[in-house]
Amino acid sequence: MAVSVVLPRALTPYAHGLGTVQLDASCATVRDALGRVAERWPALVDRVLTEQGELRRHVNIFVGDESIAFLDGLSTTIDEGATITIVPAVSGG
Amino acid sequence: MPPSTLVLVGTTKGAFILSSDDARKEWTVDGPHFPGEAVYAMAYDQRAGRSRLLVGVHSNHWGATVRFSDDLGRSWSGPERQAIRFPESSGLSLAQVWQIVPGRPEEPDVVWAGVEPAALFRSEDGGESWAPVRGLLEHEHRPRWMPGGGGLCLHTIVLDPTNGERMAIAISTAGFYRTDDGGATWQPRNAGVRAVFLPDKYPEFGQCVHKVTHHPSRPERLFLQNHWGLYRSDDWGDSWQDVANGVPSDFGFAIQAHPHDPDTVYVIPIQSDEFRVVPGAQLRVYRTRDAGATWGALDNGLPQEHAFESVLRDGLAVDTHRRAGVYFGTRSGKLYGSNDDGESWTTLADALPPICCVKTAVLAPS
Repeated sequence: MAVSVVLPRALTPYAHGLGTVQLDASCATVRDALGRVAERWPALVDRVLTEQGELRRHVNIFVGDESIAFLDGLSTTIDEGATITIVPAVSGG
Repeated sequence: MPPSTLVLVGTTKGAFILSSDDARKEWTVDGPHFPGEAVYAMAYDQRAGRSRLLVGVHSNHWGATVRFSDDLGRSWSGPERQAIRFPESSGLSLAQVWQIVPGRPEEPDVVWAGVEPAALFRSEDGGESWAPVRGLLEHEHRPRWMPGGGGLCLHTIVLDPTNGERMAIAISTAGFYRTDDGGATWQPRNAGVRAVFLPDKYPEFGQCVHKVTHHPSRPERLFLQNHWGLYRSDDWGDSWQDVANGVPSDFGFAIQAHPHDPDTVYVIPIQSDEFRVVPGAQLRVYRTRDAGATWGALDNGLPQEHAFESVLRDGLAVDTHRRAGVYFGTRSGKLYGSNDDGESWTTLADALPPICCVKTAVLAPS
């Protein structure tokens, strides 16, 4: 199953400059997909998830056009060909 | 002439490195490093021939970590993965690095880090990898520690240079804790320290200690700036005495011992917890030279009207020159310095981002 994970610019250094990570392995949920990414790019996922495996407070993840905050969070299921987009939240000061 | 003196300034939007010579009259400002990231902890480690700048950085989006530079900030490195990590069994996640302290000279690869949520981490390789101090992480008091306004942070680390088994830490809001067995067990040492915000004003623990300082030549004599209260201990925290003798307010955050005289200490009082600016909008550092028996104001060169300033707990530092340099940074981004023990002050920078920490280093001759 092919899944694309689109990275924000700030995280591309942790994936050797890639803007999109392609996953060919099977993954049923967003958490699974991030687990696959972490196998190859663990430092990248450190910046998305806490050491307890929770999504960082000011990071948003979309499946297609919908935020997983309005779906099932990291348990949101993904279909073949899905695009997962990691986006820094609108925050700061 | 190469710089001999560094002032390290952490702000809400990056780190700045100021450098000067021994006279400390002209300063070069370099930065920001890590633009956009908050820097609450900086340290310079020159043990064992090292020349390492350590910085705790916090991205609002991507979390906190420790970075370091071995060339005074020209390049930065650090473990690509988040180096300070809570074990999964703790259920905790790193929010921020609040303090970085190089270990004793006889253990030149040891570095300590105090973090939020309150925990102490130890590195044995100069700051590249870290492990939690279990005796504190699993302390029986932990469920009753409460976060202060800055979060539940371990912000102060005090080492005993004469006893490798003894050190102390302070947590807001938990109080002052000491270990005498190398970190295996920790005992609260808050007798005599008020907790104005609790029904029991003198609990065993739960005080909001803002900062503790001492001089290594007399390590048992500690000075403590509390959330209301200015204290001294002469017995490593077993007991505390009120020494707010002549300060306009005993509320404040920053407190710093003089580099050469164990009875000289600097504080920057704040009017109150509800109005966190310097008293009377007059920016003044207060100094005692008699271990707290009396305090006097130092204001030569500092604004004495309309100065609605405040200084955070790590915003005050001294250098180790014979005539000590004293430096502090405000929440409005002004950095002041003195090259004469605090007798006179000049503005080193007046429009930095809000200043979270100020540290110094006098560089060993190369």
